[in-house]
Amino acid sequence: MSEKFVVGFDGSEAAKGALAFAIDRAKALGGSVVIAHVLEWSPYSFLTPTELEERHKRRKEELDRAETALMKPVVAGLADSGVTIETAIKYGNIAEQLGEIAKEAGASQIVIGRNGHSGLGSRVFGSVAGSLAQIAPVATTIVP
Amino acid sequence: MKTTFTRAAAAATALSLATVPAFAQTIDEKVNEVFANSTGWFVSLIFSPFPGTTFPWIVGWLVVAATIFTLYFAFIQLRGFKHAISLVKGDYSDPNDAGEVSHFQALATALSGTVGLGNIAGVAVAVGIGGPGATFWMILAGLMGMASKFTECTLGVKYRNEYPDGTVSGGPMYYITKGFAERGIPGGKPLAVLFAIFCILGAFGGGNMFQANQAHAQITNVVGDYPGVITGLVFAAVVFAVIVGGLKSIAKVTEKVVPFMGVMYVATALVILLINFDQIGWAFGQIFEGAFTGLGVAGGMVGALIQGFKRAAFSNEAGVGSAAIAHSAVRTKEPITEGYVSLLEPFIDTVVICTMTALVIIITGQLMVDPATGNYLLNEAGSAIATVDGNSGVALTSAAFSSAFGGFKYILALAVILFAFSTMISWSYYGLKAWTFLFGESNGSQLFFKVLFCVFVVIGASASLGPVIDFSDAAIFAMAVVNIIGLYFLMPVVKRELEGYLGRLKSGEIKKFSTPAE
Repeated sequence: MSEKFVVGFDGSEAAKGALAFAIDRAKALGGSVVIAHVLEWSPYSFLTPTELEERHKRRKEELDRAETALMKPVVAGLADSGVTIETAIKYGNIAEQLGEIAKEAGASQIVIGRNGHSGLGSRVFGSVAGSLAQIAPVATTIVP
Repeated sequence: MKTTFTRAAAAATALSLATVPAFAQTIDEKVNEVFANSTGWFVSLIFSPFPGTTFPWIVGWLVVAATIFTLYFAFIQLRGFKHAISLVKGDYSDPNDAGEVSHFQALATALSGTVGLGNIAGVAVAVGIGGPGATFWMILAGLMGMASKFTECTLGVKYRNEYPDGTVSGGPMYYITKGFAERGIPGGKPLAVLFAIFCILGAFGGGNMFQANQAHAQITNVVGDYPGVITGLVFAAVVFAVIVGGLKSIAKVTEKVVPFMGVMYVATALVILLINFDQIGWAFGQIFEGAFTGLGVAGGMVGALIQGFKRAAFSNEAGVGSAAIAHSAVRTKEPITEGYVSLLEPFIDTVVICTMTALVIIITGQLMVDPATGNYLLNEAGSAIATVDGNSGVALTSAAFSSAFGGFKYILALAVILFAFSTMISWSYYGLKAWTFLFGESNGSQLFFKVLFCVFVVIGASASLGPVIDFSDAAIFAMAVVNIIGLYFLMPVVKRELEGYLGRLKSGEIKKFSTPAE
């Protein structure tokens, strides 16, 4: 069985590092990579009436932007890597959705970069790495 | 505070400083006079009583409608309550629709438009005039209103307009036009136009002037008296920044703080009730006894009933049609699900929050009782119950809460300002939807409406409570007149939706999505 890596990707330097890490491993093992981008979203947030009205339109715009500005260049840059690349864009809680994507894709590992928030910020708001440590359905690697 | 200020100012700088407030004061008086004169006829038309009685026909109209919907949908507010909560929790939401408007969000936005001064000031008006018994009728009206909301919000989603760019427009003007045409009933368009006109008036009245007026009253309650036109201008500037300037940050902050304020308000009320735990039984006794005897209030039992129903309708807007506009943006394949969700709105707004306010006012002993008869004492004019400090409206609620927690009036003032503001933002949207329905979506016409809306903020803050509250009520109830006619004709559509949905729910075709990883 070939290894499948899900990489949490947001375009940041840390995420690029994580992606490079996963590509290396996938190459070595003959596996594939799912580049996953999660748009932070809670169905319990509060919106103004105008925001409600435009939500469907905005969602489409956000998805398009993620696809064209974020995913396309990365995927194009990896065309010569010899690794099979898939992409996934989802809405929701980042850690939860990365877990969901891993489950759906049948991946064996999640790889994320460390974004280096201060201890206090993570304590108050929680961190993706911290949440994944608790809920990830598969092995998770944090790339510093 | 005011007198010392003006005296000092006059002594120090002679005329210049003193004339400013005086001049503004006369503007207030002028605005009030012109406003009362120009809207009086409309108010008396809406609130004219049934011949030979003192019972306003409009109150009967709302009660009859709520009763009909309750019976027609076989007490949907009771049997659908659990399912409504399940829908709000997202049990039936497709995870692939994440990022779209959820049921919770539609409900929260609609609630922030209705939870507001109606719950704080309106209840105080109801209890102040109609006595504790008004609370009973208010709760009953809230429970019945759930069926009206269910009906209108289902239709709002079913007949909304979806534009190619993904935005949506919905509300009574759309379901009346499209629904009537679909069923082959003539007169849909003129009725929808009439609704839109009343909706614009309602937006200017209850959704704007009443809010500005009571926000001003609340501020003066804390900092001392000063001309309302000043509050009006400040409020208008902020509203302008949001709705014309597109300053989303202010709206965003409000939308986040308002729910927090709402929870805190209820929590404070609960604490006051817990402190006076031994009196809760007595308070409910007063509510029940007052409901059927009036306990000496002006108008007796009928007076209590009218006040209760009026303020409930004004607070939860069931049957008015406004909520159908807000709810229509939800992402769902089943319009009826939004009907279910919306029936929670009058429950939260009226049955929970309004009752809390009423109980706090009663329990903290704001209303003066004649020790000899046990009846309530009336004020000098005989129009309302005498209160400990002569307060009415929001000041009465403030006094009630402050009697338990001294500093609460500052928090309440902040809550009132924020509630007023979020209600204004919601209603500017409802009004705008009605406006664009009438005059098209061009930017010029939208801008005209928005500027006019800001002008009414100033008028509302400057005029005195009486004429403003009368006009606000009248405009909102006028919306209900048209909307409910539409609902009567279209309720079979809702029934079909409901039956189809329940069938599929039973057969398992519609089922819960598994909850995401915890």
